[in-house]
Amino acid sequence: MSALTDTPAVAGSSLREFLHGLPGVDQVGAEARAAMLASRSIKTTAKRWALDTAISMIDLTTLEGQDTPGKVRALCAKAKRPDPADPTAPKVAAVCVYPDLAHVAAAEVKGTGIHVASVATAFPSGRTSLDVKLADVKYAIGAGADEVDMVIDRGAFLAGRYQRVFDEIAAVREASAGTHLKVILETGELVTLDNVRRASWLAMLAGADFIKTSTGKVTPAATLPVTLVMLEAVRDYRAAHGRQVGVKPAGGIRAAKDAIRYLVLVNETVGEDWLDPRWFRIGASSLLNDLLMQRTRMATGRYSGPDYFTLD
Amino acid sequence: MSDTATAGGAARLAVRKTYKLYIGGAFPRSESGRSYAVTDHNGGFLANAALASRKDARDAVAAARKAFAGWSAATAYNRGQVLYRVAELLEGRRAQFAAEVRSAEGLGARPAEAVVDAAIDRWVWYAGWADKIAQVRGAANPVAGPYFNFSLPEPTGVVAVIAPGSSSLLGFVSVIAPAIVTGNTVVVLASERSPLPAVTLSEVLATSDVPPGVVNVLTGRTAEIAPWLASHMDVNAIDLCGASGALADDLAAAAADNLKRVVRPEDEAWVLTPGLDRMLAYLETKTVWHPAGT
Amino acid sequence: MGKLEYAPAPESRSIVSLRESYGLFIGGEFTPSVDGRAFKTISPATEEVLAEIAEAGPADVDRAVTAARQAYERTWAGLPAKERGKYLFRIARIVQERARELAVLESLDNGKPIRESRDVDIPLAAAHFFYHAGWADKLEYAGYGPAPRPLGVAGQVIPWNFPLLMLAWKIAPALACGNTVVLKPAETTPLTALVFAEICQQADLPAGVVNIVTGAGDTGRALVTHPGIDKVAFTGSTEVGKQIARDCATQPRKKVTLELGGKAANIVFEDAPVDQAVEGIVNGIFFNQGHVCCAGSRLLVQESVYSDVLAALRRRLGTLRLGDPLDKNTDVGAINSAAQLAKIRELSAVGEAEGAQRWSPPCELPVKGFWFPPTLFTGVTQAHRIAREEIFGPVLSVLTFRTPAEAVEKANNTPYGLSAGVWTDKGSLILWMSSRLRAGVVWANTFNKFDPSSPFGGYKESGYGREGGRHGLEAYLDV
Repeated sequence: MSALTDTPAVAGSSLREFLHGLPGVDQVGAEARAAMLASRSIKTTAKRWALDTAISMIDLTTLEGQDTPGKVRALCAKAKRPDPADPTAPKVAAVCVYPDLAHVAAAEVKGTGIHVASVATAFPSGRTSLDVKLADVKYAIGAGADEVDMVIDRGAFLAGRYQRVFDEIAAVREASAGTHLKVILETGELVTLDNVRRASWLAMLAGADFIKTSTGKVTPAATLPVTLVMLEAVRDYRAAHGRQVGVKPAGGIRAAKDAIRYLVLVNETVGEDWLDPRWFRIGASSLLNDLLMQRTRMATGRYSGPDYFTLD
Repeated sequence: MSDTATAGGAARLAVRKTYKLYIGGAFPRSESGRSYAVTDHNGGFLANAALASRKDARDAVAAARKAFAGWSAATAYNRGQVLYRVAELLEGRRAQFAAEVRSAEGLGARPAEAVVDAAIDRWVWYAGWADKIAQVRGAANPVAGPYFNFSLPEPTGVVAVIAPGSSSLLGFVSVIAPAIVTGNTVVVLASERSPLPAVTLSEVLATSDVPPGVVNVLTGRTAEIAPWLASHMDVNAIDLCGASGALADDLAAAAADNLKRVVRPEDEAWVLTPGLDRMLAYLETKTVWHPAGT
Repeated sequence: MGKLEYAPAPESRSIVSLRESYGLFIGGEFTPSVDGRAFKTISPATEEVLAEIAEAGPADVDRAVTAARQAYERTWAGLPAKERGKYLFRIARIVQERARELAVLESLDNGKPIRESRDVDIPLAAAHFFYHAGWADKLEYAGYGPAPRPLGVAGQVIPWNFPLLMLAWKIAPALACGNTVVLKPAETTPLTALVFAEICQQADLPAGVVNIVTGAGDTGRALVTHPGIDKVAFTGSTEVGKQIARDCATQPRKKVTLELGGKAANIVFEDAPVDQAVEGIVNGIFFNQGHVCCAGSRLLVQESVYSDVLAALRRRLGTLRLGDPLDKNTDVGAINSAAQLAKIRELSAVGEAEGAQRWSPPCELPVKGFWFPPTLFTGVTQAHRIAREEIFGPVLSVLTFRTPAEAVEKANNTPYGLSAGVWTDKGSLILWMSSRLRAGVVWANTFNKFDPSSPFGGYKESGYGREGGRHGLEAYLDV
């Protein structure tokens, strides 16, 4: 799209002009499109493929004040072998923890191919100085994280201080060189889909490897319409700049049925190039067991119950 | 009401119902722990009804306010379906309501059934208005200039209703249905003398698709509770149907403090033939101007 | 990783129990035609014969009109309005209760995707009855005087594109206003109308209030020209509509409303929300295989965003799923009949011959049945036949414009005037355009939206009269 191919100068005023020059998003239409795609019926072979793919895309997450090394070790065990009764169940993409527990996770998943994602930059609010945020990032990486999930300064974004948001992401990008940078937009605080589209572009222009919907600490977290708009943004960004950026909805995705809806959204918005854990992740915890339960249902032909799946 | 039945020689004792308040979709007793004896037309004991306190009224207003955003934003089609569903459920409990109305109002069997039928049809009548009132009361206004200008009715908010004293079911339905069909939520003080059909109706509302808090039903003393509703600054309108004389004047004066829309008591002929007036009383008119240009 | 190939997800046919043959529905009973003639209705997706349907001749139409007249005079007109309304509420509820069965049957008989019959046709049909049920005892508030009277017996002829929904648009307001009806469904899609006759029986609707006569054009003509009817309501082609207007010219007592063809412009400005506009364009012309009288068959794109919009549109067309109408993931179903398919092919060939560029996404068509791929024509001008004639198929003609005034001029440059679409983020431009477009419905930043409370109908050769809303009641009242 020509409007999008003009490389914006990163001076504040033209960044603003660029973001405000993006095509608008009509909320009603976007929601209707997401709802229509949510009505797709995924059965039999397609469902089997989707369940396993969804498991392999999970960033298995624990982000609680009460987290302990023991809790993180249990999470990692689950990540490596989600279903002890069925070794054919794929492992998840990554575990996602706070920086001070990243070293525990790193030790547990070493050599498995499972990534260690650490939130950083004063997650979840991001309300501290840039120095402290950068120190947070370096601490996480030093502890063994190979993926960093940062939060943007939503206050600055909503105040129209786009350059500040851009500069902060760029600084984190520099500090986290060599690791995989996911930029959390916290769309529940940006509220409008126009803001979601602008924040998506802002993050990609500043160097994000992934754009992520939510911290999980704000309601609403991930939604289908928000993810639709972010997928359209990565699609258009690749067309304009030739670089592919991943998308990660996180928070509130608990049922296998919901996870499959996200895969349909990916399939029909950006296509199969993104149907891969390298380009699409789902931040979740309890979702994993529901996916396993549906998987068992398909294998055995009967409904299972939560007692047959491990917690953590 | 027949309280015992004979089966196989031994008398079976009936299990009686506890009549409670209906607030926010739940059935609490009065927070005050009080009740009062409700009698039939001949003074015979029927049941103890909850004697609501000012705090129950406060809770009911809070529940109605909480429900307003969702109910007023529901599509008119949806509200119409919900009101029609109430009629369907009421039809299924026709005999029960006829018996309650008989006890409450001292009517014969046939007249009591006619009252219930009229109450059911009243729900149907108002259900049909949900998606039509804007078409009858809205307008495109041909202003002299390059503007598109239209006016739409919108619900006023929380409506307090002092239900009529004499018509325990039909009167009750006739005052709440026109308020809620357009998207208002209500706190209704049931007939002091004959509150039981209203309480039973709240069971129907709770099991139909009316969202919790859209209708809140209090039972108790009109003179005690009505002033708290009339003076409540988070109530937008009040229907004084069941008040009279000096009490009605006092309530209307109290309602002036935040300029509540007031519906004064009148003769009850409207119970027989409904019109637009009770819906219009709780509707605001919103006019929107928008330029038309390139 | 492989890719996500949707497995077949067919809706079960077992919910539908088709009879081998169906009679006419006259006076509350199913009855064979007087002369025993019948025709077959087929599934356009497979050419499978679904059932044999009685063909009503003039004598049958006469019986139906008589039954409707008797019902009008003996029961319906004298019924309290409130009770009339309650019958309509009952019908609305039974349509809701039998929704899935009706949806499957509609998709079988018509060829439209089950997603559309399930999510659009049937719920809207139920909503139409629900809405009009409420009007039955409120007509004095509708703005037609203190006691508006019905007309009597209505003769109604409906098309095959939305069989049950068009039935609802016709029968619901007619009954609400106190009329009785004789309705003729299209010969290729009679089945849901016949199930609707069963629904009338389940609702205990008095015999003769609704009569269904099946047949083709001759049956329709016998109905609209019958001297015993007071009102003609027709939805279909402009050609037949004009013939009806001529036929009724000598019968001034008959009130006529016509909802005919269209060639709607869908106008996309440079500041439009592009992704939603693309969805709207797709919905505008590929919804129901383009078998929609108000379809957005002419896309007018502002030149400054032409290449962006076209690229996005082509990409989106590549994701449309064409195939089995009963598959829950199908977006584009079968063309309704061999005759319609021939017409679409013919006009598309003309488009190419006249120099427009034809494009379709890669798309495998089933071998049996009637199919046509989603098709775009670019380089189309106002002079091309595909920009002027109604194709009534999944074929979009793309034109460009430079200014709002030019968009209006091109949009209005047609004998039709049913609908139009406007896509822009600028509110005042929407209203400026709306005031100048000569069309009965203008959709802004949306398209093909219908609601029982919203009047629908055309300007110019798209017909006269409105259906739906307060305005639609006028067609069935003596005003």
